[in-house]
Order: sequence, then C-alpha cells, then structure tokens
Amino acid sequence: MELIFFFEVLVGGLLAGIMYSLVALGFVLIYKASGVFNFAQGAMVFFAALAFVSFQSWGWPFPLALLAALATMIVVALATERVVLRKLVNQPPITLFMATIGLTFVLEGLAQLIFGTDVHRLELGIPDDPLEIQGMLISTFDLIAAGVAALLVVALGVFFQYTRVGRALRAVADDHQAALSIGIPLQHIWAIVWAVAGFVALVAGLLWGARLGVQFALTLVALKALPVLILGGFTSVPGAIVGGLIIGASEKLAEVYVGPFVGGGIENWFAYVLALGFLLVRPEGLFGERHIDRV
Amino acid sequence: MSATESPASTPLLAVNNIEVIYDHVILVLKGVSLAVPEGGIVALLGANGAGKTTTLKAVSNLLGAERGDVTKGAIHFRGERVDQLTPAELVRRGVVQVMEGRHCFAHLSIEENLLTGAYTQALSRSELRDALERVYHYFPRLKERRASQAGYTSGGEQQMCAIGRAIMARPAMILLDEPSMGLAPQIVEQIFEIVKDLNVRERISFLLAEQNTMVALRYADFGYILENGRVVMEGSAQALGSNEDVKEFYLGLASEGRKSFRDARSYRRRKRWLA
Ligand SMILES: Nc1ncnc2c1ncn2[C@@H]1O[C@H](COP(=O)(O)OP(=O)(O)O)[C@@H](O)[C@H]1O
Ligand SMILES: [Mg+2]
Repeated sequence: MELIFFFEVLVGGLLAGIMYSLVALGFVLIYKASGVFNFAQGAMVFFAALAFVSFQSWGWPFPLALLAALATMIVVALATERVVLRKLVNQPPITLFMATIGLTFVLEGLAQLIFGTDVHRLELGIPDDPLEIQGMLISTFDLIAAGVAALLVVALGVFFQYTRVGRALRAVADDHQAALSIGIPLQHIWAIVWAVAGFVALVAGLLWGARLGVQFALTLVALKALPVLILGGFTSVPGAIVGGLIIGASEKLAEVYVGPFVGGGIENWFAYVLALGFLLVRPEGLFGERHIDRV
Repeated sequence: MSATESPASTPLLAVNNIEVIYDHVILVLKGVSLAVPEGGIVALLGANGAGKTTTLKAVSNLLGAERGDVTKGAIHFRGERVDQLTPAELVRRGVVQVMEGRHCFAHLSIEENLLTGAYTQALSRSELRDALERVYHYFPRLKERRASQAGYTSGGEQQMCAIGRAIMARPAMILLDEPSMGLAPQIVEQIFEIVKDLNVRERISFLLAEQNTMVALRYADFGYILENGRVVMEGSAQALGSNEDVKEFYLGLASEGRKSFRDARSYRRRKRWLA
C-alpha cells in the first residue's frame, strides 16, 4: 500500500513534469538557434491559448480554431523576425534579451486588446477522471497530455536530425558566420525557429489552458520552465524533457514526504532550490552542450 | 558560354578599387583592385593584418556581420555587380567562402557538415549522395571520418571538411582564407594538391589568401601583395617568386650582398609599402 502510494505520487509528478518540459522546449528551440533567451515564451503560450479559445468562442469548429491559432503563431513569429530580430542582428545577447522583454509586453497587450481580458474555459474534450492502473490512481488528462508531449518531442527530434532545414537549424546554432558563408539565410532560419517555438507554445497553451483556464496567469507557467532549463541545459531538447520529469517528480515527492515536517507548501519553491543546487555542481545542465574547445 | 570567351576582358571576379570601413570609422582597405580569371588560382598575400580576410569578406558579403562596409568601388562577378547581394544569393551564383579558421559546425558530424553545404541547392536524395561521393573522392579521409563530430577531428580534417562543404554548393569560385594556418607542412601540401586538383578537374577558380607565401606561389598562377590595405605589388606567381623584394620580405631569402635595409632600392620600396 505504501509502495503503491509512492508510485502514485511519482507517476503523478512525472506526468506533471512533462507539462513543464513542454514550456521549457520553446525556450530551448530559440536559445539553441539564436542564442537568445526568449523572455516572451510565457507570453506566447498565453497568446496562443487565448487566440484558440477566442476562435472557438466565435463558433469555429475545433480543427479550424486550431489551424487558425497555429497560423496566428506563425504570423507572430514572422513579424518578430522582421520587426525585431532582423534589426538587432549582430547585437550582443543582452540587447536581444531586452528586446524579448519588450516583446512580452507587446504580446500580452495585443492579446488582451484583440481577444479581451475575460478568463476563458478551454475544453479539449479530454476526460479528467482518474484511471486505475495497478492500484494507482492516475489522471487521464495527464496521461494524454504526456502522450501529446512525447509525440511532439519525437516529431521535433526527427525534424532536427533528418531534414534539410533541421540540419540548417543546428548549423546556425553552432556557428552563425559559417552558416552564412555557405548560403544559409539566417533570417529564414530564425523565422522558422520562432514559428516552431510558436507551435510548441500553442500545444503548451492548450494543455495548460485546459488545466488552469485561459487567463493572464498562464504567462507565469514560463517561470516553472526556468528550473527545468537549469537542470536540463538551455540547448538540449532531451534535457528539457528529462529536466521536466525530474522537477515534476521531485517536487511532488518532496511535497508529500517532506512537506508535513516543514508545514507544507514545498511544491512552490522546491524546484528552484533543486535548480540552484544543481547550478553549483553542473552549470551547463545535465545535457547542455559542453563547448568543444579543440579547434 | 565557352570558357575561352574573351578571358582577358571579363574576368570571373573583378574587384575594383574598393574601400572598406569597419564600425563607420576604421578604414581598412584603401582602394584594392584585383581580378580572378575563369579557372585561375590567384593568391592574395601579405602579413597578418594586411587586409586579406577583409578583402575576401567584402567579396562574399560577410562583412555585414562584422559591422564592416564597402564604402567605395565595385565588385563584379561574371560581369554582374554583386556588392549588394546577400551571402546566400552569392552562394547561389557560385561564390563560396571558406573562412579563416575553418569554422566547421563543431557539433555536427563531418557528413552533416558536408550536407549543410548543399543547402542552397535543393538536391534530391540521390543527387545529394552523388555530391557527397564527389567530395569523398577528393577527400578520402573525410569518408573515413564521416560519422565523427567535426569538433573532435584534427585541424587538417577540419580544413578538408570546410573545403568539402563549400564544394557541396557547386561553386564556380572559392574564396579560401588561410588554409595552411596551424597545419603541419605535410598536411598543407596535401591540401594544396587537392585545391590544384579541384581547380583542374572541377574548373573551380580560387582566390586564396595566404601568409604562407612560399606555398601559395607554388600553386597559384598570379598573386597580389597587400600591405596596410593596399595592393603594393602584383604579378604572375613566377615573377613574384623571383622578385628580390618579395624574396626578402615574404620568403625570408635575402640574396647575398643585400643586407635588407642597407639596400637603397629595397629600402625605398619598403618605405613606400609601409606608407
Ligand atoms: N571586425 C573588425 N572591426 C574592426 N577592425 C577590424 C575588424 N576585422 C579586422 N579589422 C582590422 O582590419 C585590418 C585587416 O584585418 P584582416 O582583413 O583580418 O587582415 P588579414 O586577413 O590580412 O590578417 C586589421 O588591422 C584588423 O585589426
Ligand atoms: Mg586573415
């Protein structure tokens, strides 16, 4: 019984962790390809979810609303590349970081201007009753969310590893100048990366939105991604996944097993402590690419 | 168009009196002119800091990324003005730069590095295979190392990788920046042999920046010597190789009886070069 309870907490934590991974993934994509820490990732999650529920509230059927939300995120990506990134090319990373802070406010403002400030319910039609597996109670929603996330990661992996554009993305991530010198147009690549990050934000926005409701607080899920990034490394897709799993599982376990001794509420800050400790030991993260020094 | 059509009047690449300024204030090239004929290997020689890399980047339009600007003069490729094109457009027209320090994609395998070179080509799967095999034919070493991460290969292998990657773009001309840098003489020889081979068999023209004057002049047809952002001497590789001043200042071979500064003519010349 005790053991079953332990596993129930563990699995619940792992599944919750995948939701963090989803958000972290968006950061990793953009950071890898352009060295920019995209502060606006949380805003993109919010924007995507809000766009989707608004389209739905206009009476559009699910698939149409989904496609329209995707198209919206692609437009956001292209506009960001054209209006912000292209102007700031060759500027130091801190400048680009500041620009993404600006972008955050623009996106948040724009979202509320276009779609309003009401809190929306997001109904994906996924049942949320617990499922009994081997005596453990597992949330169906979490299971399906995890499945979606896993599918997304596999798709991204294939895209990066085996396609011409995916290879070019990795090349740009390695060496901008060299990529330019063989004719890879950086602007296209950045636009594509931002569009892919927009797509990931949409998936995260839908799943998180269904859980929390679509509201401004969605932008804050980005904060949950930070410890995941520190743990997994800013440049690694597998790192984002494993990092999310570790954070999710350990904060749930800590809450249940350590919480009672310190008065509870551990879940809210445990991830940061874990990340901080990790930062001291292995600053490049579990899977972060170590710089290859030999030239 | 036949290769022999008016070779003298329209060179493949013509750089005409260009001036390059970095950061809006640092004047680095002060009127450089040079030409590369179709099928030629032209050496751009000079000491460190003379402006060789800047000249190549002006042609390939990679200066933008360094906040450099061509502020005067013109660059023509096949008679077409190209100084406003993006690097990607230039690559599509057949001009590819192999940068100083190789710049392979460290985390990609050798083969992936080569494949990125074909980005502008939109080749089918089988065409890609053929293109790879063509590179492996010239660089058998790369075939052995195809699965290795480029960052962990030797300097010579990385230089081969960088040249091979450029070949994947099917260039008419390669701007090759200091291929000998940091390599053992034996490897340098090997790489220059391949360059010559590519030149003869694939009809790829080369503009070759080198500090290693001796080797460069052995493989080039023609050479320019840059000093302080100006061309101070030009001539056939043979003429340059036997020129007393070149021997003295660049090949380190002062002939007997000429004790560098004491020789009036070469002193005058040097003064002019350094002006
Ligand atoms: N990005 C840059 N900004 C400012 N000055 C530069 C830059 N790149 C090169 N220079 C300067 O331009 C001159 C020529 O450099 P370069 O073209 O690299 O010479 P070379 O390749 O012959 O060694 C040098 O004095 C160098 O300091
Ligand atoms: Mg140089």
